[in-house]
Amino acid sequence: MPRADELKYLDREIGPDLTLPKLFQETCRKYWDRKVALREKEFGLWRPITWKDYYEKVKWIALGLHSLGLQRGDKVAMIGDNRPEGLMAEMAALCAGGVGVWLFQDSLIDEVAYIIDHSDCRFLMGEGQEEVDKALSIKSKCPKLQKVVWDDPKGLRGYEDPLLISLKNVLERGRELDQKEPALFDVLVRTGKGSDVALLFYTSGTTALPKGALLSHYNMLTMGQNLMRVDPCYEDDDFVSFLPFAWIGEQMMSLSCGLLAGFTINFPEEPETAQENIREIGPQVMFSPPRIYEQMVRTVQVKYLDATWIKRKIYEWSMAVGYRVADLKFAKKSVPVWLRILGFLAHFTVHKKLRDHLGVSRIRNTYTGGAAMGPDHFRFFHAIGVNLKQIYGQTEIAGISALHRDGDIKFDTVGKPIPGTEIKVTPDGEIISKSPSVFLGYYRMATETAKTLRDGWLHSGDTGFIDSDGHLVVFDRTKDVMILPDGTKFSPQYLETRLKFSPYIKDVWVIGDGRPFVAAVVCIDYSVVGKWAEDRNIPYTSYPELSQKTQVYDLVLKEIVKMNNGLPKVAQVRRFVNLFKEFDADDDELTRTRKIRRAFVEQRYREIMEAVYARQDMIHMNTTINYEDGTEVKIKADMHVADVSEEGV
Amino acid sequence: MPVSNEVQLKVENIHISFGGVKALREVSLEVRKGEIFSLIGPNGAGKTVCLNCINGLYHPQDGKIFFEGKDITSLKPYQRAKLGIARSFQKIELFKGMTVLDNIRLGRHIHLKTNLIEGAVYLGRAARQEIEHREFIEKEIIDLLEIEAIRDKVVGMLPYGLQKRVELARALALNPKLLILDEPMAGLNLEEVEDMARFILDVNEEDRWNVTCLLVEHDMGVVMDISHRVAVLNFGEKIADGTPQEVQKNAVVVQAYLGEVEGLYATRR
Repeated sequence: MPRADELKYLDREIGPDLTLPKLFQETCRKYWDRKVALREKEFGLWRPITWKDYYEKVKWIALGLHSLGLQRGDKVAMIGDNRPEGLMAEMAALCAGGVGVWLFQDSLIDEVAYIIDHSDCRFLMGEGQEEVDKALSIKSKCPKLQKVVWDDPKGLRGYEDPLLISLKNVLERGRELDQKEPALFDVLVRTGKGSDVALLFYTSGTTALPKGALLSHYNMLTMGQNLMRVDPCYEDDDFVSFLPFAWIGEQMMSLSCGLLAGFTINFPEEPETAQENIREIGPQVMFSPPRIYEQMVRTVQVKYLDATWIKRKIYEWSMAVGYRVADLKFAKKSVPVWLRILGFLAHFTVHKKLRDHLGVSRIRNTYTGGAAMGPDHFRFFHAIGVNLKQIYGQTEIAGISALHRDGDIKFDTVGKPIPGTEIKVTPDGEIISKSPSVFLGYYRMATETAKTLRDGWLHSGDTGFIDSDGHLVVFDRTKDVMILPDGTKFSPQYLETRLKFSPYIKDVWVIGDGRPFVAAVVCIDYSVVGKWAEDRNIPYTSYPELSQKTQVYDLVLKEIVKMNNGLPKVAQVRRFVNLFKEFDADDDELTRTRKIRRAFVEQRYREIMEAVYARQDMIHMNTTINYEDGTEVKIKADMHVADVSEEGV
Repeated sequence: MPVSNEVQLKVENIHISFGGVKALREVSLEVRKGEIFSLIGPNGAGKTVCLNCINGLYHPQDGKIFFEGKDITSLKPYQRAKLGIARSFQKIELFKGMTVLDNIRLGRHIHLKTNLIEGAVYLGRAARQEIEHREFIEKEIIDLLEIEAIRDKVVGMLPYGLQKRVELARALALNPKLLILDEPMAGLNLEEVEDMARFILDVNEEDRWNVTCLLVEHDMGVVMDISHRVAVLNFGEKIADGTPQEVQKNAVVVQAYLGEVEGLYATRR
């Protein structure tokens, strides 16, 4: 590989003195104005920001924060979309000795208030009016908050709270301070130690209150290095940052890997244009939760349903070839010459274009993690020649601990531990891991820390085992495994991910633990089923109405039967309900990475469970829906329960 | 920008009838620079006719219209547009087969100084202007109205609420001094109404724009919330004008029309 000198970072020793800001300074000086550090699409054009611009902005913001009284170890909260200013603010906070606390932009207001208060944040950096409004509405609950920095002035005319200050203003203060004390920034950066806390990240958590994980600079740096020891990144790679910064996976890529490898980070114009912008950039590496990939598959499936007969046939043929080749590769068997020739044809006729449309034509490695992904989705990507790999990790380990290797991909596993990481399974099945990236503990939660961190081993709360090839297999959370009537253990998630491969089904909740049979609560995909209904002249006005149409029930039934055919009898879904609404993180039904909060959902939809197992055919239920601004709406809904016979339809 | 006392648009005793129907009778309005002025009234009161007279689609049979002191009564619509009067329509009047961007660019066309030949050769001035105008559209309009994601979509494929927004975008492309909006909220859902109200306030209040707005609207909640002053028409006659509070208290108005205000207010909120 001619690019070997680019990979020096893999061998460098991450000493106790190295911090993210020091590495930042080093990388900036290395590339200066010769290379693009960040790129943002704004006003319809991609606008580059060189490492020099990046450095200067960060320096001034850091000094500005310093002049506002930011002390070493102070927490700085950040909310906002993926924009260069977000990353700059975070880097500046770190350079000034602060600790970064990212919040999910769609967090409910109580959650924001809880985290800001619990983390003792003194500064909040928000993007614009929405964030400022949030900050002002919680300021009485968060007395420790001293300054709220905003960036986008839109809609902020007439805001005069003394708490507020513009990013421009902060930057200006910093620039002035820099002129007065040109050495100050270096001093601030140099003072940091690798063992200092860099990030305080609150875990989404499928249960209870969010917990704040403390991650050191050392944690973050070793994470990036160990990940890239498996799959190196290069300095001319492009990465698109479009997932919330509050998600550890995004931090791992943008901070840990980005600074070490020196690749360019691209920011989409708006969240809604992300998919289009990814296609324009054509990144070499991607990391996202399954929902992004699920959405891609859905896009293809929907286009397929809409295509002409001849196009559908060509697609079907090329996918059949793709699946055969992929399955042989999964089985580590050689692909016969005739199949290779067909594969080549399929590539040129369909797969190449498909990949281009999905924005993955230049992908070298792409990862999925954060929630379970179904085998069907997995096979799909490999069939069209995208090197999709499963990873396993958590916030508490600064990112990931296990990963698939090239040519050794099994879609029911999460691969092998990355270098520097040990993974074991305790006698009662819990996955525990140890690595330089294991976190320091939870902030102000000593008992939780003691429970999770024992002798340097991180106790994940996940169940799993290590298979004969040394791959880690992760079940659900320990409590989420269901026991079927014949005593076998089964993962509801497996059924859920299988069903979600259907373009018509957006989310599913499978129940059956200790019950006489397995049942499913289905959330149809409004846009796809809506279109399907329109094509068939089935009238509807809303999601609740559409979901209860007989024809829609038949449609879902067909999908369930299709899945049932490949399952042991005892695990087959016998009854199902189309829910009157989609699962939503705002209603606490999903985590922010779209994992079902099973315990919560069970509570909330107890009436449904009871009706399903009481053999009723109708369910009447009253429930409330929450909006982001805190309002609640009560709704009444009637739902049918449908049976799935053993013989299928 | 604070509302000044300077009258920007003056409608003086206009009169128009269609056959035997007297659509407007001696209607006079004074819209001040920098304000949001709403024209309300029951169906058939003559609101849209009045707007059509102001932007030149109809010519009043009697009376005069002044814009910034200049008599525009006999000017053609495009000449009024050149003076800085832009409008959007109650029923969307966009080019459905064209993209959002192209529709907005059409609104900008009036500011293009190049001729046919320059445009065909597309060198020097033509290219430079094209870039300048595109920059204006991107920075001032698409960003303001948050329509980045639909920039290249064909208008006819968009949901109604977004089409309304494009209609506003095209009117803004003119860089108007006076923006006439004919029922901008009609057919929108609650969220879209809030967005639209915010855009109108932005255009009115942001220093970059400071556009005077003349609004015809049925959503009383919005009208009473965002207007500086309101005039009420009934059967072609102006029966009241003043601040929203004054109008709401006016006995004639209440009798003629506003009995419904409470009801209308309640349905939205």
